[in-house]
Amino acid sequence: MITRKNLVHGIGLLIMAVLPLAAEAAGEPFLTTVASRVLIYALVAVSLDLILGFGAMVSFGHGAFFGIGAYVVGILTHHSYEATAIAFLPGDWTGTTAALIQWPMAMLVAGVFALIIGAMCLRTTGVYFIMITLAFAQMLYFFMTSLPTYGGQDGLNLWERSTLPFLDMYDDTQFYYVTCALLVAFMAFARRLVRSRFGMVLRGCKQNETRMAALGFPVYRYKLAAFVIAGMGAGLAGALAANHTEFVGPGLMHWTRSGEIMIMVILGGMGTIFGPVLGAATLLMMEETLSGFTEHWMVFLGPFLVFVVLFARRGLYGWLVGTEADDGG
Amino acid sequence: MKRISILTAAAAVGLLAATQAFAADPVKIGMITTLSGGGAGLGVDIRDGFQLALKQKGGKLGGVATELIVVDDARKVENAKQAATRMIKQDNVDVVTGIVWSNLAMAVVPSVTRAGKIYVSPNAGPSALAGKKCDKNYFNVAWQNDNLHEAMGQFVADKGFKNVYLLAPNYPAGKDALAGFKRFFKGNIAAEVYTKLGQVDYAAEIANLRAAKPDAVFFFLPGGMGVNFVKQYAQSGMTKEVPLYGPAFSFDEGILKAVGEAAVGTFNTSQYSHDLDNAANKAFAGAYMEAYGRKPSLYASQGYDAALLLDGAIAKVNGNVDDTDAFRAALKDADFNSVRGAFKFGPNQHPIQDIYVREVVKDGDAVTNKIVGKVFSDHGDAYAVDCKM
Amino acid sequence: MTLVLFLEQTLNGLQQGVMLFLMAAGLTLVFGIMHMINLAHGSLYMVGAYVAASVTLASGNFALGVLAAMAAAGITGMVVELIAFRRLYDRDHLDQVLATFGVILTFNEATKIIWGPQALFLSTPEILSSTLELIPGAPYPAYRLFIIAIGLIVGLGLRHLILNTRLGMLIRAGATHREMVGAMGVNIDRLFTIVFGIGAMLAGLAGAMAGPMLAIEVGMGEKILILTFVVIIIGGIGSVRGALVGAILVGLVDTYGRAFLPFILRSLMEPSAADSIGAAVSSVAIYLLMAMVLMWRPRGLFQAYGD
Repeated sequence: MITRKNLVHGIGLLIMAVLPLAAEAAGEPFLTTVASRVLIYALVAVSLDLILGFGAMVSFGHGAFFGIGAYVVGILTHHSYEATAIAFLPGDWTGTTAALIQWPMAMLVAGVFALIIGAMCLRTTGVYFIMITLAFAQMLYFFMTSLPTYGGQDGLNLWERSTLPFLDMYDDTQFYYVTCALLVAFMAFARRLVRSRFGMVLRGCKQNETRMAALGFPVYRYKLAAFVIAGMGAGLAGALAANHTEFVGPGLMHWTRSGEIMIMVILGGMGTIFGPVLGAATLLMMEETLSGFTEHWMVFLGPFLVFVVLFARRGLYGWLVGTEADDGG
Repeated sequence: MKRISILTAAAAVGLLAATQAFAADPVKIGMITTLSGGGAGLGVDIRDGFQLALKQKGGKLGGVATELIVVDDARKVENAKQAATRMIKQDNVDVVTGIVWSNLAMAVVPSVTRAGKIYVSPNAGPSALAGKKCDKNYFNVAWQNDNLHEAMGQFVADKGFKNVYLLAPNYPAGKDALAGFKRFFKGNIAAEVYTKLGQVDYAAEIANLRAAKPDAVFFFLPGGMGVNFVKQYAQSGMTKEVPLYGPAFSFDEGILKAVGEAAVGTFNTSQYSHDLDNAANKAFAGAYMEAYGRKPSLYASQGYDAALLLDGAIAKVNGNVDDTDAFRAALKDADFNSVRGAFKFGPNQHPIQDIYVREVVKDGDAVTNKIVGKVFSDHGDAYAVDCKM
Repeated sequence: MTLVLFLEQTLNGLQQGVMLFLMAAGLTLVFGIMHMINLAHGSLYMVGAYVAASVTLASGNFALGVLAAMAAAGITGMVVELIAFRRLYDRDHLDQVLATFGVILTFNEATKIIWGPQALFLSTPEILSSTLELIPGAPYPAYRLFIIAIGLIVGLGLRHLILNTRLGMLIRAGATHREMVGAMGVNIDRLFTIVFGIGAMLAGLAGAMAGPMLAIEVGMGEKILILTFVVIIIGGIGSVRGALVGAILVGLVDTYGRAFLPFILRSLMEPSAADSIGAAVSSVAIYLLMAMVLMWRPRGLFQAYGD
């Protein structure tokens, strides 16, 4: 059925699919690299949207899981490159550059951290939840800043990108399509998830948590599961980000980074799955264009954000799609 | 392609010599630096210094029209990296420069040099790039990160202090700083204290420091941290009891304006000072003051010197920067009049230079640096031995 | 470690706590009454510091600088409240976080355009630039004692305002029964603007007081903002008493951690590891404190009025 929403989704996917070809044709091949970065941030924003938009869990520390995913790739590659054993693991494994091991590990480790942090944070609600997630992210930030083994504040260079069978991750176009495929897969998964029974409970908690608990749902466990899934999504995005920048550093975990990811979700439209992609693209492109125009670009970005919050509550997606936006992607 | 077409056209018409045809083709320089967010003052100084040199030379370096592309990295690694990729792949620049921070440099420089472009560092000099990971395409026109700390270690030892208290933020540059100091200071270390990065209040550290009764304090707290520490140190009446010593990063002209009289009587080491007595600096310091209304900091001098270094090398190859081997050799000669006086490159293409000690003094109403002596002559760095080029 | 040093560090912790209290009091009032998270509270602190520096420099009078800072921050706060923030009171916290994040970016960049990227200077007033030997053997900066005094005065003043004045009664009532206060014919919009102005003024005061001790630079607001949030979360959001207790607690834990942790660790391990680990742990000590308090009491130590 051709509805406004399907049209928007279709055009969006089409743009994502043909972008590298179009960039090549337009003589701006560099756009592909920029677009890969947008998709990586879109992935972390979509993962945040799962808990923010559907579970009303306002996590101000999502950057932590993004950073953890990146560090997993950074650390494994570092040991593989230097051929040294990983000191804090048993045995004498010297890491690997194989993406098929690195990326699932990034998701796993981010998921474990999300489980521990979430288990503690979810005991609180509202503003307390916002601030305690922020606190945990700050702790990780300071920990990585002062940990000399992996570069501390200076971060770690990724001397080699992750390796995939049959694919060359140094090729910009191939990198783009790998990122794109992972993003679309995660979005499809998220869409199924929010429409499943699990997602219904989650959204029920957003409406009225007490009622869901009274109905007999173990609310805490549902929310924790969602928090872990979101953390794993962010971990995967982090793994890609490490490859894209060929560098990992504690800056990925700083609270302003978590704030930016939140902005992407809100700007695009939360609780929509598709919206955060729009939000990531808009924010990054605005930064790109405005900073080329003046070094004082933040003086334009700041009021723009206030404006969006005040007058465009449903985000860009709601504005594009209209009233159909609210049915969970 | 453009260069070749001009050349062919010139040859066809037969009017112009090849070198002049080269000269018609602009040199492209990409500058990635921090202009917004925290620490923007340093990037602004570097850019202003570079642009001043370019302006003085009529928009030409080495007699060749020069196009300078300035990009703000907002002190974020990804932004810097993206800017570098664009400059390499799209803008096809000949030289990249500008990065302020070591962590950004570590992330960006290898990809620039690997792509066969020249990188000239106007500030950051991380030890890896001076040692094991040195590269023939990487030139540092400022210092290796440890240099100023090493000089202070020597100066404090020369002054006869026996028991020194050390203070730095808890991150790699902080640890390198204290290691650099200890490389030349062999006396007793009263304590080695690491503080939180971005710390605001130092009352607890100052109380501990007083209780430890050292002869002198060496501290490395760049930017706002240094301002906070020096002001609070003076308020607690300690400046007269236990003197403060540090690298120039905590005492550049911008910071002194913020610290005011609290810094008077402290000493710092620097490879540059606005009152250095040489012809190049006289021309620079005056013109900088006139153009921007402030005294040049060491960062501004480094930006200016980066432009002068390129100016000399481009002139030497007659603008033919595409002949990378010749261009590199010309850069390595460092045939320019540095505003800091004598300057040459060591085997790892990091400076061999003099390092001075400056005292913070009152000059009328203003507080400023005054050179009081020279600690090192022709000082290189400790990592050059690890560099296999 | 001596008793003198311990006492001196306690004084340092108290002083840091008082400084945080000046910030936290305003933030917690705004939250308690309007249910609004204001990340831009740190920007008002920055405005206070910049204005204090400029006015003191021009007039040569620190007291005048402080008054101007309070006025400027108060007015700025009320203007921003009128233009933007009052539309956010009924929104969820997420919208508030984002909009005020946008305000931070705007203020930071505007400050840089007006005053330039370099840090500004503000000297300690002559009369307070000496040290006093309150604890024998540990001369203490008079200026820091002055800050403690100001903090106590503000604390007592706020207590009087909230408990004994008509405005305070409205604030207490507004925190619990917002609609009812409106129905009783009180201009609730004006009440909110006034409360916001008071909070902003206190932030401006904190900024001005911090001026002689700190680098007056863009971004100084965010550094103290996060600490302030930790304080009000520990204290219980909306409670001024909680803000005071939380602030002192955070000040003491942070100071003790920095001052004594490396010493203690040195008796357990080799010095260089102790210095490094001590610094790492003490830099996250307050976050650990907050996490522990919230595990124990998920809504902070004190309840807001009638909450």
